[in-house]
Amino acid sequence: MNNAPYIRPMPASWWLRQGRYVRYMIREATCLFVGLHALVLLVGVYRLSQGREAFEAFLEALWSPAGQLISAAILIMAVIHSVTWFNLTPKAMPLWIGEKQAPGWIIVAAHYGGWFVVSVIVLLLAGGLS
Amino acid sequence: MARSHKPVVWGLFAAGGTASAFLVPVLAITLGFAVPLGLLSPTDLSFDRVYSIVSHPLGRLVLFGYMTVCFWHAAHRTRTTAHDVGLHNDRVTMIVCYGAAGLSTVLAALFLLSL
Repeated sequence: MNNAPYIRPMPASWWLRQGRYVRYMIREATCLFVGLHALVLLVGVYRLSQGREAFEAFLEALWSPAGQLISAAILIMAVIHSVTWFNLTPKAMPLWIGEKQAPGWIIVAAHYGGWFVVSVIVLLLAGGLS
Repeated sequence: MARSHKPVVWGLFAAGGTASAFLVPVLAITLGFAVPLGLLSPTDLSFDRVYSIVSHPLGRLVLFGYMTVCFWHAAHRTRTTAHDVGLHNDRVTMIVCYGAAGLSTVLAALFLLSL
């Protein structure tokens, strides 16, 4: 007798049938671009460790048309990740004030505000506060 | 309760999801577009400046932590989504995903320490 759990056969493309399934799959796929972003950083650190010429070649590749295409894909998927992640925060970490639950939009708005502030700070630091 | 690796990986997944939600867009702009667009000057991302920031002990620590949680976020989400696209052998998926994240984490540490 086979005791393995039964898995109903499903075509791998089942999620293409409905808009909300597609949106779910795009949301999940953002993680591949978060990973790709970290890999770009990893390569950057490696090239940095190899010295000036290697690092400058890395930047040149990053700013080539192909590099910018990769950065654009990372940026677009990262924004989708940020929006979907922050929109779920009231469910992931509900905030209780005394006996009352804080309205979800306040938690979401706080995250968007924080996102904006962090982004400005990073850009200012990158520019040497100039 | 039986001990499992689940809370650790889930913690890394959540930390990575939050850190990347705040930082990936601005870092993608800073590294990928800011200089070509003229938003930053090339000297802002010069070898000397980037090296001094990244090789600072705090820079190494922050970058290592950030890269690590990004890798594990990607690995864990890929593993759970693999099931949805018909890859039902979770053992294989787990080894591939967490293996890649583990290898990347080790490489990040090695590269950062070699600066």
